[in-house]
Amino acid sequence: MALSNDEVLAGLAEIVSEETDIDTAEVTADKSFTDDLDIDSLSMMTIVTLAEEKFDVRIPDEKVKDLVTVGDAVDYITAAQA
Amino acid sequence: MTTLTVRRGPEFTRILGLGVARGENAVPNEDLIEPINSSDEWIRKMTGIVTRVRANRDTSVIDLSERAALGAIAQAGIDPSEIDAVILSTISFPHITPGGAPVLAERLGATPAAAYDISAACAGYCYGIGQADALVRSGAARNVLVVGAEKLSDFVDPEDRSISYLLGDAAGAVVIGASDTAGIGPTVWGSDGGGAELIRQTSSWLDIRDNRDLPFPTLRQEGPSVFKWASFKMAPVALQAIEAAGVTPEDIQAFIPHQANTRIIDQLVKQIGLPAHVAVGKDIVDSGNTSAASIPLATERLLRDGDAKSGDLALQIGFGAGLVYAAQVVVLP
Repeated sequence: MALSNDEVLAGLAEIVSEETDIDTAEVTADKSFTDDLDIDSLSMMTIVTLAEEKFDVRIPDEKVKDLVTVGDAVDYITAAQA
Repeated sequence: MTTLTVRRGPEFTRILGLGVARGENAVPNEDLIEPINSSDEWIRKMTGIVTRVRANRDTSVIDLSERAALGAIAQAGIDPSEIDAVILSTISFPHITPGGAPVLAERLGATPAAAYDISAACAGYCYGIGQADALVRSGAARNVLVVGAEKLSDFVDPEDRSISYLLGDAAGAVVIGASDTAGIGPTVWGSDGGGAELIRQTSSWLDIRDNRDLPFPTLRQEGPSVFKWASFKMAPVALQAIEAAGVTPEDIQAFIPHQANTRIIDQLVKQIGLPAHVAVGKDIVDSGNTSAASIPLATERLLRDGDAKSGDLALQIGFGAGLVYAAQVVVLP
């Protein structure tokens, strides 16, 4: 069953926290991965891969650059699950 | 009916000797950062590299190969005439033909050994080990010299931010021969040509023939995509190699992956689930990414520093342009 936006956000926050040691509470939809969370391109690929596994979706490499904010990633994953 | 005679070789092989040759010059990050508008700190954070070894302009792939091979042959304790095959893995020998291996065999006095080059980029050393193991066990060769050698500084663009600043020049060589006990586990290898463009030459030779205004070809990569592939797709390959050798991660004493990026290495250690006691090759910090030479270089470094010793079980895995990959568990020489 597809997860809600809030459930995807919570799961994604756990992944980001695991990769970066940023507190899950800091990982909110409006945050930019690069500008606010200081996540570089290689950490982003790790987060994307772990998200693919966790949510059973595929996020093509060429789409990753479009995932500017945490909310962008949540929306993409939610749509991909549908 | 006439039947053909077939050869059979020994049941087991091992690495009899190892030799390496690093480029003569240690090039620090500071020397490369200006044209790519970067910093020492950024290169260290993204790759782990502090310096890379680069050869003098007049040092060739064959020169580096010869130096490494002489060390391997000496440790193996054999005469070059006992080498029946020379396999040179390189992507930077600057001739379409002849191959570099016959030239190397001649220099070493290993003629008339079979001699050929393979193009398997950063997986080339492990491809060569797999071939050498099979050649000896089939009886096709008594001893095989496997050399991974690159002079990648001939194919870098100082303004390229994707791969050029990672690359170094070096050669690593081993002699593979018969053994009383199993010293090389089964090779798990493969390819994924769907990713062939992820690491590439900027222009083909025909592009340059047809447009003389094109610059000399250099290398490029899609770094994040390569990182993702190497970090996450290669862990299952490594686990297959461990299983095929009939051992467990607990039995491994050294992990010697291709030296592409310390962050790939760290992620592989995590994804494979290697125990804390395993020594991890990180020669990339000082030598950079030397493609086919990087695994023997890292092996030599672990042995020299005392982090691994002769007789230890090492998991080695190469992966790179193609995309191609190969892994096996070996007993260190």
